[in-house]
Amino acid sequence: MQVGLAHYLVVSTLLFCLGLYGVLTRRNAVAILMGVELMLNAANINLVAFNRYAAPAAVGGQIFALVVITLAACEAGVGLALVMAAYRGLETVHVDEINLMKW
Amino acid sequence: MGELAVFIILAMVTLIPAAVVVTSRHLVRAALSLVPTFLGVTGLYVLLHAEFVAGIQVLIYAGAITVLILFVIMLTEGGTGVRTRQITDQVPLGAMAAVWLAFVVLAVTLRTPWRTQPGAAPSYGVAAVGTAFLTDYVLVFEVTSLVLLVSLIGAIVIARRES
Amino acid sequence: MAWVIEALKAVGLTVAVFTFLAVVGAMLGVYLERKISGWIQARLGPKHVGPQGLLQTVADTVKLLQKEHITPRHADVLIFNAAPVVVAVAALLDWVVIPFGTLGDRVLVVRDLNIGVLYFAAMASLTVLGILSGGWASNNKYALLGALRSASQMVSYEIPLALGIIWVALAAGTLSTVGIVEAQVRQGGWFLVRLPDPVGWWGAPLGLLAALTFLAAATAEVNRVPFDLPEAESELIAGYFAEYTGMRFALFQLGEYGEMFAMAALASVLFFGGWAEPRLQPWMWVGVALAALAVAVVIVATGRARNLVVRPLLILSLLGAALAAVMAWGVGAGRTPVLPSVAWFAIKLFALVFFLMWMRWTYPRLRLDQLLALSWKVLIPVGLANLLVTGLVLTVAGR
Repeated sequence: MQVGLAHYLVVSTLLFCLGLYGVLTRRNAVAILMGVELMLNAANINLVAFNRYAAPAAVGGQIFALVVITLAACEAGVGLALVMAAYRGLETVHVDEINLMKW
Repeated sequence: MGELAVFIILAMVTLIPAAVVVTSRHLVRAALSLVPTFLGVTGLYVLLHAEFVAGIQVLIYAGAITVLILFVIMLTEGGTGVRTRQITDQVPLGAMAAVWLAFVVLAVTLRTPWRTQPGAAPSYGVAAVGTAFLTDYVLVFEVTSLVLLVSLIGAIVIARRES
Repeated sequence: MAWVIEALKAVGLTVAVFTFLAVVGAMLGVYLERKISGWIQARLGPKHVGPQGLLQTVADTVKLLQKEHITPRHADVLIFNAAPVVVAVAALLDWVVIPFGTLGDRVLVVRDLNIGVLYFAAMASLTVLGILSGGWASNNKYALLGALRSASQMVSYEIPLALGIIWVALAAGTLSTVGIVEAQVRQGGWFLVRLPDPVGWWGAPLGLLAALTFLAAATAEVNRVPFDLPEAESELIAGYFAEYTGMRFALFQLGEYGEMFAMAALASVLFFGGWAEPRLQPWMWVGVALAALAVAVVIVATGRARNLVVRPLLILSLLGAALAAVMAWGVGAGRTPVLPSVAWFAIKLFALVFFLMWMRWTYPRLRLDQLLALSWKVLIPVGLANLLVTGLVLTVAGR
């Protein structure tokens, strides 16, 4: 049996759902960011796999995977800076305790 | 046959540590489990002949983002607080959402007849990716670099201690 | 059964490279380090085990092998044990893309990857994970401080390192390490002093600047003085591996020296022509030999040959003179290449390693803020500007 597009799609779906589970259930903001990274990776697998199987001649999928990796780095940088700022100001990194906007 | 075996191993290397990432009560262990996940995804890219993406994946994800995450965990209280509750009360809800989403997406993707183009796997050179970046996708490239710059400045401004 | 052969080949190459790393990288490296530090501090260094203390590191390794493994209380056992392996394996993986020389038409390299230098940078960046997790899992504040310092240092010095690598990729037009060496052979000069035609030798300042940026970043990346804050013996009792004993400590050492040798090897590939023999006229070689001989004669004539600090200089100048004399004779007799390519690779590698060790025992340690300022305010702007100017020059000259 050859490895086909469906194989990659299954793996990326499972990875995405694991990431989603992490984002929904974690209390720690850093752990939520880790879940987001997993979801972005799942999306990247899809992009590269579609590139390989649906349009092997082009490199568009890889280009967008690279863009997503760059944006993920931006997201991690800014997100973690926000976590640090929240920790400094509110002395917690747990999202259910950061409720200053909820009066 | 060999390719399938490699694929299954890589999928395991990707998914099992990913499960640890989202469930471990130990934050540092969760963050370190990201590394095998990212390396497994790298292996999948290599299997898809996307060498350049694989290299960048290791360099950015495994080498930089994980380190950044570990750094923030150690600077905040997370690293020491094994006893702290790490999960919200949304666990049943979250699990339900994840499982249902997985079910729906899998059902849809497996039933869709994807139009794939047969043929031997092409080898994507670095040159092809670079040329595409600077010709067809030059606007995307420029916007991405702008976003990178903005987020660099933004991160510094946010994280800086106000004096 | 092609894959069985492939797997056997992979295992064999792993064993070969690992043995090379352990023997040349770690054992010879530690020996050289102690001898050179002895020279610079006017002492003798290891002297008693074997001729000139050559077997000292072997004795040390045997000692380390039989030491007890101690795991600190409340340490995270799994991560604690995995960390040294990560560091050693990352250093091992660096060597996959390093070409050692040529044998007939074949290039002696484990795998000539399309993305060679990018792969190298990626593998080098994995080391920091082992360091960080080892320092954290030790459950020791000094180890944790060392690990955190190391993480911030390595992440910020990866950028100038990558800029140096990209500079070479720009000049060579390829990312493959073999391709980079071949590009230097084709243009008849090292990237250190020469850019592709028609820029030619006018590119020397750009190349020197790029090499300087790269070497400074590489020194910091392997945590050596003047950038050795992570392991500062005097303040952090060796930093992240303070709690490690026996073979696991040796694995950290192996990783560190393997990484240093790999960086030196990459620098020789990028800027010094790798395995390729320098092409000089016979009279140039004669000039080099005479200059080296003159240094030796001055040392002997002024009666400083017995001075512990000067004596190694005498040996080095005599070695240089001998090498240049052999080359002058060989080129004069019309033999090209005079020396085998592997020998040239080794000469360049050890010259660079010597340079790194010389730096280590000459300069004092930087402060953390000075270290980060050097990276962000000097090396990165200089590297970016250099990249821009080089790109402009190459485009305008129309290569």
